[in-house]
Amino acid sequence: MTILEKVTALLGEGAVLEPSTDQVPRIAPGSPDAVALLLGTAHQEGWHVRIEGAGTWLPSDAPADLALTTRRLDRVPAVEPQDLTATAEAGIGLDQLRQQLADRGAWLAVDPPGLAGRTLGSMVATATAGPLRQGFGPVKDHLLGVTFVTGDGRMVQSGGRVMKNVAGYDLTRLQAGGFGAFGVIVLVHLRLRALPRADVTHVLEGSRDELTQIAEDIAASGLTPAALELVSPALARRDRWVLAVRLVGSPTLVSADEAGLGRFAKLRAEEAHSFWMRLAEGFAVRPVTFRIGGVPAASDELLDLLQHQVGDEWISAAPAAGAIRWSGDTTVDRLQRLRRTLAALEVPLTLERAPWPVRTAVGHFGAYREGAGPLVAGLRRTFDPGGALVVATDGE
Amino acid sequence: MSTSALADDLGAIVGSRHVRVAPAERATYAMDGLPTHRRLPDVVVLPGTREEVIAVIRLLAVLGIPFVPRGAGTGLSGGALAEEGAVLIVLTRLNRILKVDAANRSALVEPGVVNARLSAATRPHGLHYAPDPSSQTACTIGGNVAENAGGPHCLKYGVTANHILALEVVLATGEIVVLGSPGGEPWGPDLVGLFVGSEGNFGVATRITVRLTPLPRAVRTLLADFMALRAAGEGVSAIIAAGIVPAALEMMDQSCIQAVEDSVYAAGYPRDAAAVLLVELDGGNTDAVIAETESVIDILRKSGARSVRSAANEAERERLWQGRKKAFGAMGRLSRDLVVQDAVVPRSALPDVLETIAGIAARYRLVVSNVFHAGDGNLHPNISFDATDEAMRVRVELASAEIMAACIAAGGTITGEHGIGLDKLRYMPLMFDAESLGAMLAVRRVFDPEERVNPGKVVPVHACREWTSAHGRGLTDPGRKPGVGPKPDPVGLDTGPKPRDPGLGDPRAGARGQLVLP
Repeated sequence: MTILEKVTALLGEGAVLEPSTDQVPRIAPGSPDAVALLLGTAHQEGWHVRIEGAGTWLPSDAPADLALTTRRLDRVPAVEPQDLTATAEAGIGLDQLRQQLADRGAWLAVDPPGLAGRTLGSMVATATAGPLRQGFGPVKDHLLGVTFVTGDGRMVQSGGRVMKNVAGYDLTRLQAGGFGAFGVIVLVHLRLRALPRADVTHVLEGSRDELTQIAEDIAASGLTPAALELVSPALARRDRWVLAVRLVGSPTLVSADEAGLGRFAKLRAEEAHSFWMRLAEGFAVRPVTFRIGGVPAASDELLDLLQHQVGDEWISAAPAAGAIRWSGDTTVDRLQRLRRTLAALEVPLTLERAPWPVRTAVGHFGAYREGAGPLVAGLRRTFDPGGALVVATDGE
Repeated sequence: MSTSALADDLGAIVGSRHVRVAPAERATYAMDGLPTHRRLPDVVVLPGTREEVIAVIRLLAVLGIPFVPRGAGTGLSGGALAEEGAVLIVLTRLNRILKVDAANRSALVEPGVVNARLSAATRPHGLHYAPDPSSQTACTIGGNVAENAGGPHCLKYGVTANHILALEVVLATGEIVVLGSPGGEPWGPDLVGLFVGSEGNFGVATRITVRLTPLPRAVRTLLADFMALRAAGEGVSAIIAAGIVPAALEMMDQSCIQAVEDSVYAAGYPRDAAAVLLVELDGGNTDAVIAETESVIDILRKSGARSVRSAANEAERERLWQGRKKAFGAMGRLSRDLVVQDAVVPRSALPDVLETIAGIAARYRLVVSNVFHAGDGNLHPNISFDATDEAMRVRVELASAEIMAACIAAGGTITGEHGIGLDKLRYMPLMFDAESLGAMLAVRRVFDPEERVNPGKVVPVHACREWTSAHGRGLTDPGRKPGVGPKPDPVGLDTGPKPRDPGLGDPRAGARGQLVLP
């Protein structure tokens, strides 16, 4: 019996999709239980499984016996606008989820890089926050709980559906940014905001140095922008660097903050939408994307460092939060060198997206500080004892 | 090894005056802020430096002796109590603020730094440490990290987990690990996020990098009073649904109002009100804060507030807050002892759950006062009782269990900020199935394979499904040292280790969602 025949017998024909371009069978379980069944079998049979969402963020090129895609896990079992919470399956596209939430007056304040149809699960697993992290924090701050399936097919719940919860260890935070190394996320409980009544974007063009300084001044001024993002000319498709300020909230709050902005140009609603959309999609175009996180005061120095080591064509940065995302074409050697240089400055580099040869050589993570490597390895063994999940955690 | 020999060895590291073995000295550490659990540690040691902590833990690792880290002992779940055979490591002498980095809004502190002291020290820089548990004038940052402590202002600013950037941790083996980075970005998986709230089960944090938050430039504090609890609950939902995120949104019921007004902390709350809401709005822009305050006043009136009062000045604001922050103390007037309960429900369920709690209190003939973080749905039903009255203690226990069951049934959780500790072990199977509890235990074993740090807390080991690690060792490994691993889940209101009350039933049989009661 081939792997495909066994899986078909297990989950039915409906779960088998067209194979990927590399001819790896692609399986789309229709429920969390089916994911558990599939991974439990994979563990017993010694199959290697790569995890995919919509197939838009990570290149689907990891060598594997089968590809598990979450795209049929696309239900939204609960939206509670009164409580500002929702429960959604991991395979739902973020564009669809946003629409369903907006219909109920609710909003998920995360704007990850990638195409609009990128899955919720992929955003959580890679912890890729976008410009809104300035005002609303990293991805983990939007999670109330997750349900995940381990590499040997166990279904584990963590957290809950309420705003605060300290019952047990916070395995949700382990899954957020775990890149699937500790299991496949199947269900996510989300913390929402009320759909903002006002949402405006102002932009200013200038030199990078000048705009970084202005960003710092804005952050120090008491304004509370939802996004305060410095974008490179190529990414913004403008002649010079752009500093974009997004203000959201009640009309009174937003207009009070707008008054403090000075010489910025306000974008029309559709211009603002396409500005942020282009920025997010820009990171799904080039072969390699990574993020680094330093202290805010080091932002300028870190941008210089990137410019020297890998170029600064495609960059989006939140200087006031110390977060920088880079995209482009580069080599394994350069990435490894850059990670070492940054590690000496206590700045982690997380490889978010790259072709498999680069991912496996560099690793999503690396340069752990003292003693953390064995903990990560121990957690990996705990949640995927047979090594069924193909995830390039640490590189070579 | 005898206790006195152990005390000598510990004394050689920290100085003999920082080792407590006399029963009267140890008795100080037999309880935390929850009066229903009592454990007398064998030895108490108070290291004065990070190096001494490491040396103590390395000594205990060699000897295979379990230990429990403790801060100020203000916890409310019995989490910092040491069983017989365990050493209590008290970290209050590690109380130095090592660095304040105003430009990057962070500080590096030792675990024994008192929460309120950190905010006071950073105030000259225009910054503060945002999480503000009611015990903030006594509780330590290390304890806050262990419990993932909250507080009134966590509604807007987030709980402890949102404010910890990096940690230096000593594992049970004595190894040192560094988690997180100065900017808060993890090096890989978010091990800081995993460590915060692990209740001391993963190791001892010796250095903590915290995020500091700018002091708001404008603050407005409102007091609204309602003639019905339900109307107050609906007012809370209406504010949040309007897209307004107050800095704090606190509720007190009539019993709590009266206790406060009878005490030295009297804040001028209307005594005849069924509930009061304390709402605070803050921000960097005065005009915006004033405008949002007007919106909130309007919403509160429409929700049925009898009156809405705005604090005219800082003194009045402090007075309004003092009543709230000292409410637990004020309740001490009601009876000899107090169980401060903690649970979270969806905000919209608050009115129904409060009615259910009132019904439970009436049925068990107990006084339950509610003071809580309404904006988060984080309830604190506080049960007044007399611990010397055995029958009353049983009623308190039964009522607590029913309150927990009601909160879970409403879609909530058994603790929002106080932790599981000893007190809530037996409720864990109501929240999590055996597989998920097994996962927690397996994670704990990655950090502490022998389960020597704070044994017997958080995860009810007997309710866990067995996870076999890659090393092939199961959770029910017969080779485990007796007395080292977690003991069976203790029975609520205890005064020391004792055999399980058979009446509670076999926790392994406790299916999810089914409350096992005596």
